[in-house]
Amino acid sequence: MVTLDAKIPEGPIAEKWDNHKFSVKLVNPANKRRFDVIVVGTGLAGASAAASLAELGYNVKVFTYHDSPRRAHSIAAQGGINASKNYRNDGDSVYRLFYDTVKGGDYRSREANVYRLAQVADDIIDQCTAQGVPFAREYGGLLANRSFGGAQVSRTFYARGQTGQQLLLGAYQALAAQIAVGKVTLYNRSDVLDIVTKDGEAAGIVTRDMLSGEVTAHSAHAVVLATGGYGNVYYLSTNAMQCNGSAIWRAHRKGALFANPCYTQIHPTCIPAADEFQSKLTLMSESLRNDGRIWVPRGFDESRAADQIPEDERYYFLEEKYPAFGNLVPRDVASRNAKTVVDEGRGVGPLSNGVYLDFAAARARDGVEAVKERYGNLFDMYERITGEDPYSVPMRIYPATHYTMGGLWVDYNLMTTVPGLYALGEANFSDHGANRLGASALMQGLADGYFVLPSTISDHLAPQLGNSPVPTDDPVFTEAIDTVNDRTRMWMNVKGTHGVEHYHRELGKIVWEHCGMARNEAGLQKAMSEIPALRDEFRKNVKVLGSPDGINTMLEKVNRVDDFMELAELKVRDALHRAESCGGHFREESQTPEGEALRDDENFAYVGAWEWNGEDAEPTLHKEHLEFEYVKLTQRSYK
Amino acid sequence: MTRMLNLKLRIWRQNGPDSEGAFLDIDAPGIPEDASFLEMLDVVNERLISDDIEPVTFDHDCREGICGTCGVMINGQAHGPEKATATCQLHMRKFNDGDEITIEPWQATSFPVLKDLMVDRRTLDRIVEAGGYISAPTGTAPDANEIAIPKEAAEMSMDAAACIGCGACIAACPNSAGQLFTAAKLAHLNVLPQGQPERWKRTEAMVETMEDFFGACTNHGECHEACPKEVPLDFIAMMNRDYVRSKVKNRSLASQ
Repeated sequence: MVTLDAKIPEGPIAEKWDNHKFSVKLVNPANKRRFDVIVVGTGLAGASAAASLAELGYNVKVFTYHDSPRRAHSIAAQGGINASKNYRNDGDSVYRLFYDTVKGGDYRSREANVYRLAQVADDIIDQCTAQGVPFAREYGGLLANRSFGGAQVSRTFYARGQTGQQLLLGAYQALAAQIAVGKVTLYNRSDVLDIVTKDGEAAGIVTRDMLSGEVTAHSAHAVVLATGGYGNVYYLSTNAMQCNGSAIWRAHRKGALFANPCYTQIHPTCIPAADEFQSKLTLMSESLRNDGRIWVPRGFDESRAADQIPEDERYYFLEEKYPAFGNLVPRDVASRNAKTVVDEGRGVGPLSNGVYLDFAAARARDGVEAVKERYGNLFDMYERITGEDPYSVPMRIYPATHYTMGGLWVDYNLMTTVPGLYALGEANFSDHGANRLGASALMQGLADGYFVLPSTISDHLAPQLGNSPVPTDDPVFTEAIDTVNDRTRMWMNVKGTHGVEHYHRELGKIVWEHCGMARNEAGLQKAMSEIPALRDEFRKNVKVLGSPDGINTMLEKVNRVDDFMELAELKVRDALHRAESCGGHFREESQTPEGEALRDDENFAYVGAWEWNGEDAEPTLHKEHLEFEYVKLTQRSYK
Repeated sequence: MTRMLNLKLRIWRQNGPDSEGAFLDIDAPGIPEDASFLEMLDVVNERLISDDIEPVTFDHDCREGICGTCGVMINGQAHGPEKATATCQLHMRKFNDGDEITIEPWQATSFPVLKDLMVDRRTLDRIVEAGGYISAPTGTAPDANEIAIPKEAAEMSMDAAACIGCGACIAACPNSAGQLFTAAKLAHLNVLPQGQPERWKRTEAMVETMEDFFGACTNHGECHEACPKEVPLDFIAMMNRDYVRSKVKNRSLASQ
């Protein structure tokens, strides 16, 4: 029987993290080399955790499906990273960052975790600067900041439009230094196909070498999953092509509870799809909303070009509806409003599937050069993809799936319900509630990896001093390898008629249609029957060519899509049970008269964590009730 | 209405590092001009799969031009004809109806072909492991504003740090030299105050590791032409100067 104990430390919120660091069991410096830790994933959370654990003295094995750790999708984050340094003297504080994050998450996150996140954010900026991350600077040589959606202070640090790239290179370089001295062993082009437990505790993983096809077991005293989110369940998203939910889904099947799978973030500023062959959607940094004005024609089915539409026939819908925050309302609010105007028939572009993001006012106010300095690389990217020049015509944008707030349930130590199995970064559920604020994903990934896990993992390791990891010839591992091999044989033997891509696309259509920006009971019920039907058809009729011995991208993908099929069903189930709106989860049945998300705190102020009961059984819902001692629950208003 | 292109493709196919390779000649009709180059390959692959032929293997991931995973030779040019553009960001509107397009993997002895268009670029990581970092163990950092960094230095560092590690510079070079990649990593760290303590050790180690794997630079400049991030050639001059100095500096440090 699973019990959810978040292990939130005692004491006032500002002292909890210090109290906790004092109370956790420690491993003395000389004994750290007696422990092995597996880290899966080399994005911000994984690379920073692996490097930091190795610096402490632990032996780390790190796994990635990329050819190099530097390619993880954190690299694509554009806008920036938050910290309440208050360098701008605009009234920022740890408490304000904490408050904004809980409010932005629509009061569905755990206060203690969020406070800790806000506390360590300052240390992240220091750490990254020391590593040589070239953050933007003022002429005096000190760090520059910009503002971001959901906040009224300027607290975002950035490196042009490539902040994720630069932070990841910092973590990758720290990791490379540890690989060079032998404290980290890197397994590149390795796909994690199962998580192995023994007597209910994490024992290791099973991987497939993506070059040779060899299936191998690896064991350790602890397993850390930093494998990102599951946004590709929608097929089209801003995630990279290989991003997948398989590691966390396999962990879920081995006993780790999956929390809030219905919370997904739709990012307001992406380039609209151009045709049916679209393979992914490209995000344009939210920082564009600092200077870009969002509008659509007031009239319906407009056919004039943007510059032919006079000012009084333009509908600046965010500025009109939310005068205080204007174009800088949180992502969920901006996205839903864009959907509303497009659904009304005011959409722009060849497929009428976008809204304008216009820089004419910024160009007139600050000059073309200033706009170019701030957003030059984003404008170039937009021009390459669309063939349109945003210096002369407004950009066209539309919301797309971007980030998943849900993930494996973790306690304050970032440990899942499987002892010894940890989840970091986007792979866990912990800090963003039902909606994540801009520039907070990088903050959370690095907080978890650099500062939280290295301080909490010893609590699990210390009592194991002197124990060896479970040997890889133990039956738990040989059976897991057999299961993986059986699954491979099953796929190779289906010899169906459609490729994997076809089924992934079909799945994406169902999930986007019924569990996307807006959800309702009838649609979710429909998805609950469509997804299992598609999964059955997929398992009977998918075509995987080639051989399992060697490089086989179809085989890699078929496992991932299979896991997405199951994950999608849980996501829809979760969305169906949560009969309230909150943050990115908008139930049409639950809205204010103005059309804003209407929470039901009395019945839903909890984390919904699902327990796997087998393929043919319904999962069990466990509830972690959320206590709000410091932040007062209010209806979010950005007017 | 979206323009459709009918293309003739020559795609390199090779089963493994030790296999013989050969071109696959294939017609690709009905490719929308708004598709990216890799989406065009997706379409070709879906058609191959429906004919029970294994799809063409190529490396790719973010499709936003930032992860550095993708990269092929397109009509002999690394990342194809458009300047400052990675393969994934190249769009078919840059091509014409009826074009013949030859698609090959990166060609460099240090980048062995793994399968079809996929190559092994692990040598790039070896260069970084040799010293492409600032030793600042987690927790040791002073306040970020303790060290003021002139905006110009931060900008120059960023120009270098923009490198995505795709390997196009090496693929484009007639000597398969690794100078631009290595110089970019060195400049990123060597122009910053934080990078000074390890500057000479880093430079010597990275340059010599680079020379273990890659050819010699003879100043062709093809690397910069192919670079999707337009990393400036000046960084190579800076690296060469720093390398010479490192030979003196490292010796004098050792004797102190």
